[in-house]
Amino acid sequence: MKHKVSTTVNGTRREHEVESRLLLVHYLRDVVGLTGTHIGCDTSQCGACTILVDGKAVMSCTMFAVQAEGKQLTTIEGMAKDGELHPLQQAFWDEHGLQCGYCTPGFIMAAAYLLSQNPNPTEDEIRRGLEGNLCRCTGYVNIIKSVQSAAKTMGGAKAKPAGRPAVTAGGE
Amino acid sequence: MAVSQLVGARIHRREDPRLITGHGRYTDDLPHQGVVHLVVVRSPHAHARIRSISIDAAKKAPGVLAVYTAPDFKDIIAGPATFAVAPVFAPNKLTNPPRYPIAAKEVCYQGEPVAVVIAGERGQAADGAQLVDVDYEVLPAVMDIEAAAKPGSAKVHSDQPDNIAWDTTYVPWEATEEAFKTADVVVKERILQQRLSPNPMESRVVMAEYDSFDKRLTMWLSTQNPHWIRLFVAGALGMGEQAVRVISHDVGGGFGSKISPYPEDFIVPACAKLLDRPVKYTETRTEAMQNAYAGRGQIFDVEVAAKKDGTLLGMRVTQLLDAGAYMALFSAFQTCACLMAGGAYHWNAISSRSQAVLTNKIPTDPYRGAGRPEATHVAERMMDVLALELDMDPVELRRKNFIRKEEFPYTQNFGLTIDSGDYETTMDKALKIAGYDDLRKKQKEQRKHGKLVGIGLSTWIELCGLGPGAATGPATGGVVLSESAQVKIHPAGGVSIYVGTHNHGQGNDTTHAQIAADTLGIPMEQIDIRHGDTNEGPGFGYGTYGSRSLAVGGIAILRSCNKVIEKGKQVAAHLLEAAEEDIVFDHGKFHVKGAPDKSKALGEVAFAAYGQLPAGMEQGLEAVAYFEPPNFVWPFGTHICVVEVDAETGAVDIQKYVAVDDCGNVINPMIVAGQLHGGIAQGIAQALFEEMVYDDESGQLKSATFLDYAMLTANEMPEIQLDSTVTPSPTNDLGVKGIGEAGTIASTAAVINAICDALSPLGIKHVDMPATSDRLWLQMQRARGASSNGKEARK
Repeated sequence: MKHKVSTTVNGTRREHEVESRLLLVHYLRDVVGLTGTHIGCDTSQCGACTILVDGKAVMSCTMFAVQAEGKQLTTIEGMAKDGELHPLQQAFWDEHGLQCGYCTPGFIMAAAYLLSQNPNPTEDEIRRGLEGNLCRCTGYVNIIKSVQSAAKTMGGAKAKPAGRPAVTAGGE
Repeated sequence: MAVSQLVGARIHRREDPRLITGHGRYTDDLPHQGVVHLVVVRSPHAHARIRSISIDAAKKAPGVLAVYTAPDFKDIIAGPATFAVAPVFAPNKLTNPPRYPIAAKEVCYQGEPVAVVIAGERGQAADGAQLVDVDYEVLPAVMDIEAAAKPGSAKVHSDQPDNIAWDTTYVPWEATEEAFKTADVVVKERILQQRLSPNPMESRVVMAEYDSFDKRLTMWLSTQNPHWIRLFVAGALGMGEQAVRVISHDVGGGFGSKISPYPEDFIVPACAKLLDRPVKYTETRTEAMQNAYAGRGQIFDVEVAAKKDGTLLGMRVTQLLDAGAYMALFSAFQTCACLMAGGAYHWNAISSRSQAVLTNKIPTDPYRGAGRPEATHVAERMMDVLALELDMDPVELRRKNFIRKEEFPYTQNFGLTIDSGDYETTMDKALKIAGYDDLRKKQKEQRKHGKLVGIGLSTWIELCGLGPGAATGPATGGVVLSESAQVKIHPAGGVSIYVGTHNHGQGNDTTHAQIAADTLGIPMEQIDIRHGDTNEGPGFGYGTYGSRSLAVGGIAILRSCNKVIEKGKQVAAHLLEAAEEDIVFDHGKFHVKGAPDKSKALGEVAFAAYGQLPAGMEQGLEAVAYFEPPNFVWPFGTHICVVEVDAETGAVDIQKYVAVDDCGNVINPMIVAGQLHGGIAQGIAQALFEEMVYDDESGQLKSATFLDYAMLTANEMPEIQLDSTVTPSPTNDLGVKGIGEAGTIASTAAVINAICDALSPLGIKHVDMPATSDRLWLQMQRARGASSNGKEARK
């Protein structure tokens, strides 16, 4: 059975008819056509598909597309604005925070949420904040550095999520 | 080479902008008009006979376009589907069971394909796959390698004589008789290397399209070596290589698991041909864990003979290797563990034997390090076992036996020549950074308070940069692992370089451009590096594995650039009205010897190269070079790990990790550090967490999701202090060595040696990997039990 779902993806309103069982990550990749959000596992353990739903980090494989009705979704494609990289993107580039790059969008989105909640995280807080994301290439060393560097650039307290302030409702 | 401007600099990666913005081109991201989806029906049993397969219900399922089983592929995969090539040595015994991409009569590992379902949507194909009804007669699963090796064991394949895949004695035991007879001390240990899931974050994806009008096949897939895949697929499908194009854009990690061909690499293009529609297969994580060629899976029995003063005399090493159900492409490369087991040290003699045993599991194949982590673990564990026996500091034991700086090139016991090294200097630097003497003093104090603190060293060496023809030719059935590059300088001066290596995270697009930019004396931005498309560039590319992209691939780039410069000199001579032998190329400009003012830039020469030239001179400015290295390259280093084991829980806390490594000249230090971080993380994960666990009876993989298979997270990764020494390789023009696998090769031994050192007051001499807290707790309980029976354990 198909259902109508309306969402806002990276600031653009989207309306589609989708099957009940369609996962949000497949909706984004196959229906909306935004393939920057990757799939790394079947069991919600790797965090590769992390996006922001109303400002909160959510693994988009844990939600059905229909549950995103009326939500504001931010994917990696929505992070750079007017040709300017988001400070986190810039930091991952500067600090060699990626190798194969497959897990990177998920890390950037998870880190964006982390910094929105805690603009000046300690190293330990960064490690714990990112423990839901797996990377097989970097040993996390430069990912942690990237987040530290972005936190500095974003000027601590100024840092709020790219979209709108976090609200309590979300697909966690 | 021109004066260095970019080589050695921390240049940011040119591949990153697309990857950080979500615009990577991983195979699953590629849009494709009209593509249909294939789901594989896999055996749930590790070993079974197929009585019958009923596909009627599946065929009628919504959206299902086709259901195929083995007989449907008879005419289309008619050639040999190459999965394995000749092993690297002349074995005393060899069994290479035949393998077809899709099982017809017997399945020999859990996950082996038995049917495929193709539908318009992936969900529909998955629904259809549920309806394929296979009647199996379950056969005994052969899981334990020691049992499988025994005569009379149940068989992995019912049509094979036994389960012994190979048995090779490199040097017989008699050769070490003298060493063991004259030894003051002999130590023995059994060292396990658990099976590992490679787990690149991107699982495999294969997409294929057949053009029935032009009779051409295009494949997109996640592989480390597209040309090899083209060779095998063309052969299996009875097509010429010229009609097969394999494209591998961005690949989300490989670690060795994306070298060998997989059943789907043959099945998907065959289905595209059968259906005359583009077909795509996307692997799930559980499929990847069941079906990706696994790493390690070995047991080593090792004996070391030495004098009382620590002088090493002899070693005997037996490798018992879990080959899995079939041999994979480079299964046999793992035997290099036997040839490298002597590590960085002098030995009078080493005897070694490798025996590989078939089991009802997915085959093992090279996984980051492949044979060399195992060798390092053997050598470095045995150093510490011996040091403990002799009551000698492990540092001094190593120092006493190191191959010395002035002895290089040094031919070791198995006839392999180590190009260059300076093991002592590197170790001393690491000791200094770690504060080794203070650590030992502190440890003494901590032990008084019952703290289980340990210090572990790994003075690793590695053979990489595969590799010289004499060594690799026999291993691949004749194709030597050289590397190719093609440079094209276009009329307006733009440069396209096509490389035969692949880039799946190593940063080659950047380091290769650094080499080319310095050689051609032009800005990096003017150079495009292309990989991963068999329709572009030289006739064959060998791919990326074995830490070869720089030490082999980089040299091919350098040489192709130099060839272009030579051609450029002819054109410049014509433009400058001088003799060709008087033309000098320097910093991107050609000038007449002694007259640097009168010069032509590379771009001007390029433009002229496509214009009117003197009679007999060909137009164009391009060149292809192949580089076959004369030897392997041999990086080395010292890793020092400090751990505390919780006396109550067995949890391991890594308190310090220092790595001083030497990979010769460095092209980009940022990338070298990144490779080391990741490699060390993978080694730590093997030492402490990861293990593929199968059910002994049914042969089911129990660790088939990330919930059950413990991947390292940011929480467990310790801080790493890196430093380096530089000992160039004399065997290539850049003086470089490989660094991709080094961290993994070095780190398991450092961690386990530290844990063993921590537990030595309890009388524990060895621990196996993964050293999980429950295992260590159990081992400590047993040791304490033993000590309460009379032996004093805690000092």
